[in-house]
Amino acid sequence: MLRSPRTLLSVTSAALLVAGLTACGGTTKDSASNTSGGGQSAAAADPNAAVKEGLKIAFLPKQLNNPYSDVETGGGKVAVEELKGEYKLVGPNDASASSQVSYINTLIQQQQDVIVVAANDPNAVCPSLNQARAAKIKVITFDSDASKDCRDAFINQATTEGIGQSLAKMALEQAGGEGEIAVLSATPNATNQNSWIEVMKEELKKPEYSKLKLVKVAYGNDDDQKSFQEAQGLLQSYPNLKAIVAPTTVGIAAAARYISSSSYKGKVAVTGLGLPNQMREYVKDDTVKKFALWNPADIGYLAAFAGANMASGKITGAQGEKFTAGKLGEYTIGADGEIVLGPPTEFTKENIDQFNF
Amino acid sequence: MTATSLEAPPSKRFSLGGLLKTRELGIVLALTLLVAYTAIDNSRFLSGQSIRDNLLNTAILAVMATGQAIVVITRNIDLSVGSVLGISAFAVATLMSNNQDLPMIVALLAGLAIGAVAGLVNGVLVRYGKVPALVVTLGTLYIYRGITYSWAGGSQVNADELPRHFLTFANDSILGVPWLVLIALVVIAAGSVMMRNYRIGRELYAIGSSPPAAELAGIKVARNLLTAFVLSGALAGLAGVLYAARFGTVDAAAGNGMELNVVAAVVVGGVAVFGGSGSVWGAALGALLLTVIGSALAVLDINQFWQQAIVGALIILAICADRLVAVRIARSLRKRDAHV
Repeated sequence: MLRSPRTLLSVTSAALLVAGLTACGGTTKDSASNTSGGGQSAAAADPNAAVKEGLKIAFLPKQLNNPYSDVETGGGKVAVEELKGEYKLVGPNDASASSQVSYINTLIQQQQDVIVVAANDPNAVCPSLNQARAAKIKVITFDSDASKDCRDAFINQATTEGIGQSLAKMALEQAGGEGEIAVLSATPNATNQNSWIEVMKEELKKPEYSKLKLVKVAYGNDDDQKSFQEAQGLLQSYPNLKAIVAPTTVGIAAAARYISSSSYKGKVAVTGLGLPNQMREYVKDDTVKKFALWNPADIGYLAAFAGANMASGKITGAQGEKFTAGKLGEYTIGADGEIVLGPPTEFTKENIDQFNF
Repeated sequence: MTATSLEAPPSKRFSLGGLLKTRELGIVLALTLLVAYTAIDNSRFLSGQSIRDNLLNTAILAVMATGQAIVVITRNIDLSVGSVLGISAFAVATLMSNNQDLPMIVALLAGLAIGAVAGLVNGVLVRYGKVPALVVTLGTLYIYRGITYSWAGGSQVNADELPRHFLTFANDSILGVPWLVLIALVVIAAGSVMMRNYRIGRELYAIGSSPPAAELAGIKVARNLLTAFVLSGALAGLAGVLYAARFGTVDAAAGNGMELNVVAAVVVGGVAVFGGSGSVWGAALGALLLTVIGSALAVLDINQFWQQAIVGALIILAICADRLVAVRIARSLRKRDAHV
């Protein structure tokens, strides 16, 4: 009840905004969709074009002051500086569906060349993004995608296959090429973890993994105490266990914490997906030799390069086009304008201090 | 444990004491069977490392169960303990990461103080707000958790930010007994002695048996209730410090949902939900039993659904036993009256 005046206000303002948009777009609406549709297929990519300098590239994350987004846009800033462009960061303080719309409209008026956006809602931002594209602004999404028909490309941080393969590879390395391994996952019905584990199991069927035996998938429910107990159970049930693979940040931290303080330290390896800040302690005390996660800074970096290449006409967002993204190397655009960042970054004692997230 | 050192209460309460004793004996029996069965399946379950792990896992829950038992004995309940643990863990972890040189004792005292304040708020609301404890502490469960969330936001305190002596505290031992286990034992022993031998303990039992009668008998109900809630809060706060030291990673969700484990431990440990009977060390045994079940099922490779189902069955069993005891006592009291 208390909220109703505010809700009413935001509904009214949203309605006004929509009315305004349609009013402004009234006559141009049809032509707008024509230009954007036509622009994509007609304007052929010119692979030999140089990447322009002085491009205005704006970042619009889900919300400001979120530690993870900050790292992402920080990477974008580095890329824009390398490209000698103008970097701009704007964003709402709350990650609600409609909060980004007014920022997009402002960016259109400022005549940016590229908008890099993490959509809070795949559809709510669509009309504005299409307006931006009609104004010849290239729209790149990262982190979370907008609908396919209202952006030019999407930077995907990792594919299920990429993560599953990376987990299997690290397990092989950490187990020393052979022996028993176990998985310590989140909850039994966690979608992401289950699909990664499936890929990992497929991977383990390949001949190079033949000496590796996955003995159990345990579930720590992303709870410290439960993860501790499950790790303890694994070590007691399988005395010859060589490595624990935890594809969840809570699980890997709990397993590492437990092993670092038990008699198993040095005998059983821990690896998986974790946050560098959370794992630094255990990497430095040698409990964990190597773990992985996509690098959020690289997401922003790649997004800036993709946007700059597109604004320079080198690529249009069609499948199969290639472009170079600075230090990250060459990328090929996949189906539906998706650009996959690549295999997750691996963290070791040597490089972990370069990361802060 | 302290169990063996306790003798049956003297003559007058003998029948009641005897019955209770069998109930706690039941837990010991269940525990022995469980350990024996698991050890036959996998002898490593009785290895030094495993016993140490189980005791360490129990320590935090047992400290909280001690406080909860005291509150439940007074015919109240404290559902906010998980959130109190969370706020204390985050506060102390932040304090220690900002002041690397603070000694461990300061961390422990800070945790106790934060918990005591939270407990005092509960107690005041229950006593002077005249609201049932279930409702009050359900409310403060969300309030304390909300405070922690708004304070911590998405951030967490990681192991590498915490001082070394704080982290090693969770693993260090004195004469082979880990500090965490030692603290838990001291808390349980002190709680048991207080409840059994001291005036305040007996008054708390009296309040739980019959609040109006206790009031008429001149017991200072308000003061005693506040004490019970402050103790429960303070022990949850202490548990928060132990939690931070043991797990090394603390975010705003620390201890989320833990209150249910604590209440389960207390009920399984033979503390009657209607107050007035049960013992602190029984609750501690309940905590040990629940923890060992968790570890044993992981070792026995049993689906974790069964773990929850078994804990549920134990709670129902414990409540049935409660009822049985109550009926028997009522009958024996009636008989005694008839003789007079």
